[in-house]
Parts: sequence; structure tokens; C-alpha cells
Amino acid sequence: MVENRPILRFLSHLILILGVLCVFLPIWIAFVASTHAPHELLSAPIPWLPGDQFIQNYSEVLQEGVSGSDSISVAKMLFNSMIMALSIAIGKISISILAAYAIVYFQFPFRMTVFWIVFMTLMLPVEVRIVPTFSVIASLGLLNSYAGLSIPLIASATATFLFRQFFMTIPKELVEAAKMDRAGPLKFFRDILLPLSRTNLAALFVILFTYGWNQYLWPLLVTSDESYATIVVSIQKMMTAAESEPQWHLIMATSVLAMIPPVLVVIFMQKAFVKGLVDTEK
Amino acid sequence: MVKDSAAFRHRFLPYLLVAPQVTITLVFFIWPAAQALYQSFLIEDAFGLSTEFVWFENFQFLLSDPGYLHSFKVTMVFASCTTFLSMGASLLLAVMADRVIRGAMIYKTFLIWPYAVAPAIAGVLWYFLFNPSIGILAYVIQSAGYDWNHYLQGSDAMILVIMAAAWKQISYNFLFFLAGLQSIPRSLLEAAAIDGASPFKRFWTVVFPLLSPTTFFLLVVNVVYAFFDTFGIIHATTSGGPAGATEILVYKVFNDGFIGLDLGGSAAQSVLLMFMVGIFTILQFRYVEKKVEY
Repeated sequence: MVENRPILRFLSHLILILGVLCVFLPIWIAFVASTHAPHELLSAPIPWLPGDQFIQNYSEVLQEGVSGSDSISVAKMLFNSMIMALSIAIGKISISILAAYAIVYFQFPFRMTVFWIVFMTLMLPVEVRIVPTFSVIASLGLLNSYAGLSIPLIASATATFLFRQFFMTIPKELVEAAKMDRAGPLKFFRDILLPLSRTNLAALFVILFTYGWNQYLWPLLVTSDESYATIVVSIQKMMTAAESEPQWHLIMATSVLAMIPPVLVVIFMQKAFVKGLVDTEK
Repeated sequence: MVKDSAAFRHRFLPYLLVAPQVTITLVFFIWPAAQALYQSFLIEDAFGLSTEFVWFENFQFLLSDPGYLHSFKVTMVFASCTTFLSMGASLLLAVMADRVIRGAMIYKTFLIWPYAVAPAIAGVLWYFLFNPSIGILAYVIQSAGYDWNHYLQGSDAMILVIMAAAWKQISYNFLFFLAGLQSIPRSLLEAAAIDGASPFKRFWTVVFPLLSPTTFFLLVVNVVYAFFDTFGIIHATTSGGPAGATEILVYKVFNDGFIGLDLGGSAAQSVLLMFMVGIFTILQFRYVEKKVEY
């Protein structure tokens, strides 16, 4: 720090602690609510500290689900979400790294056309072209399938640009040396480029896994069949059912379960994630 | 892109490599967008039997439709409040986190948590806090004498979705502000301190101006987020209500197209939204270009 001011330092910590508490409040309350019996959540004020129904509530949602979406259990929803998130993350990374490799290391006609087509995706988020995209999926027969959930979302301009940016920082002597040693384009990609991209791959994985897991509008449109429902979308259905018969303890338990996987990925890969996030947007 | 000497030559390999990306983009992005553009010029009769090409009639109707203009206004209020609240709070926290040495890592770990939470779940969490009968925040507000009820009061519902949206975005803004602050040279701050500038004055005369590229970038990102990524928050909590008080544009496209089945009108809305995203994307890239010049 520039100078030593104990009062200011105290104030900084105070503001940070208050900030962290505010940011954490919704999550804490959700967790607390998920550990109580339903009758304790009927009138305000609800308890501040966890109750003793933790195992009871969580095993109930995991095995049986909640009314409003009672045909499948939350365990199955977690499974669906996991498949969708992993396919989106891995799919996006694979097709983007290949496209970026072709754009940077090959001279071919229409290279700039490809570049601009990919760039266009930045301007076309799903939210703005809901109906026609739905018709395409429907006519391809992809409704209510894992493929329909993930494939339309795996085109990625951001990932392609990140890899492109990164490849351009790799000294071209490396390519020349590889060519001198008679390494073909695929060997160069596998043995040199992929290992060098490890950090970027990890960072992108965190960002894209979170992105995939948290998808809402798309799964809502594509899965009318409950057995493909993802957990994030299902919570809304539980809430609508809850208007008549509040099941807040179960809804909050499901919400906590829905948060855990992406939060764990972000926290455990924090370093790669922070670096990747700040880099991707440049 | 690399120079000739380093590039590989191959007749069909590069096409093979870009094929998956290009195919998916064309089938699921460009084609639907073109469809939306085409449909926005059509009007379908009530039975879906015949369609008529009507040029800009859908747009004319939309731009004079009080419902659409209302939704536009709602979106502006929602986006500006969310952006201001979220960026303000994260800037304050980032400046503080930049000051402290001990515990900075722990604060950071706790503050990035909301990034991983889905917008829809963020909505549900705040919905629970503000629930008029059992929510903790609603309880506090009601004890203070205000009759909080977001089921009936449009402004209450708006506050609810703004809080949820701003909360979710705090992590992102915090990380970028912190990175921006840490890239400001210490020597500048030390020079200002020697000249007798108080920490408060230093912030407004040195730090804040130097942070302006980050601020501008985040401004664009946050507005885009509030416009397009908050569908889940609205759908999971207020469903646009009460009486359209929280019906933002993305929610309206969904509602008119999927529930109301007004294809032409919904397509015209899509086209207007694409136009807006286009403007935001260009703004964002202008920022990148500027930054390169530094």
C-alpha cells in the first residue's frame, strides 16, 4: 500500500466483510431453508441457523423429486444437466480449437469468409431468434434429446477467438522447425499445439462448463419431455406448483444441489478461471 | 495469422477442420436469423393458411405498439439500474480489496461465487428472500412499515429482479475491476500521495480516470447481460408481471412468439434485438481496438 493508515485499513476490511456477507446472504438462507422441516417455513421470520432435516430433505429430493416435476428425481436432473454441460464445454472447445488452428496455420480460399461467419455468432444469441431456431431443431427431429440440448449451443466465437489469439503468440519458428523435422499438420497440432494450450483449455473449460450448466431458455424450449429436464429449468416448475402448496424446503434443497457443481468447478479452478476470464474478453 | 513460410499447405484438411464450426453456425445461427429476417416481412392470417408479404408493416406496428414501447422502457430501467448497482458495488469492493494485503485471496474466493450460479437460480434465491409471507428481507421491510408485495406492486417486482440480476453480475465486475486496478502503476499513486493527495482524492483524480477503459468495457458487457442474459431471472420469478411491470424485451419475444404464436410480430422483435446486439458488439470491439493503441 502507498501509505499506512490503520483506520482506513480497518474500514476497508469492514466494507469487504459486509460486502461478502451481503453477497453470501441469499446462498446461506437457501441452505438454511433446505435443512428445516416444512412447518418451520410457513411464517416469518424463518430461522437463521440450519435445522436437523438436512439428510431427510436432500435424500427426498434426490430420490423422489418434488411435486410439479415429480415424474423424475433430482438425481436424474443432475445427470441430465451434467451431460448437457459437459457436451457443451467439450464440444465448444473441440470445434473451436480446430477452427482456430485452420484459420491461423493454413492458407486457403474463403479463410476470411469462415472467420466472418464465426464472428457473426457473436451477434446472434439464442434469446433473439427463439422461434426460428426452435423450428430448425424441430424439423431435424432433435427435440427431447441430448443432442438437441447441446449441439446448437456449441458454436463459439469467443473460444475460437481466444485460441486464435493464443496461436498467434506462438513463435513461427516453432512451425518451421516442425516442418523441417517432417512433422505433418496433424502431428504438429497434436504434439506441439495441444500441450502448449493446456492453460487455455483449463480456463475455457471452467467458463464453458458454467455456461452450459446454467443454460435456461434453450432447455426450456427443447425439452417438453420430463425425462430430459435439466435441474436449472425444473426449479421454475417446482415453484409454479408451490404457489398452492409451498414446498420451500425442497425447492431450496434442489437450488443448493443445482449450484454445487458449477461452484465447485469455479472455486477449485479459480486461478485458471480468473486468468481465462480476463483474457477471453480482451 | 502466420506468414507464408510457416503456413501449412493442404488441399482439403483446412476445410475439414473448420467444417464442424461452420456447419453448426450456418444451421443453428445464420439460417434461423435469416428466417427471422424473412418472417418479419410477412403477416400470417389467423388460421396459418396464407401469408402475405407486407414489407415493414410489422415493424411499423411494433414501433407504434404501446405494449412494445412499454417493454422497451421497462428494459431500459431494468438494464440501467442493474448495471449501475452491480458496477457500483463491485467497484467499491474491488477498490477495498486492492487496498488490503491480508485476506485478499479469501475475499476474492467468496466474491466469485455468484458467477457460478445460474441466473434463474439467482432469481429464485432472491424471490425467496423477498417472499411477502416468509422472506427475510420482506420481513425486515415490512417491520419498517412498508407493505412489500411483489405479486401486486410493479415497482416491488422490479426491485426484486434488479437485485437478483445485479447480485449475479457482481463477481464478474469485481474480477475485472480488480484486474484493472492492479494494472495501475504504483509509482503514480505514490507520486500523488507525496504531493499530499488523500486516498479519496487520489481515487477520483488518478485511479478512476485510468480505470475508464475497464469501466467502459464493463458498461457494455453489463448492458448486454441485462438485455439478453436475464431471461431466466424473469421467467423463474415474476413471469413479466405484475401487469407487464417486469416484461423485458427478451421475455416479450418469447411470450409473443411461443405463447401468443404471433410469428411475424415476434420475428420483427427478433430482428430489432439482433440490431441492438450488433450495435453493442461493435461498441465492444471499438473498445478493444482503442486498447491496442495504448
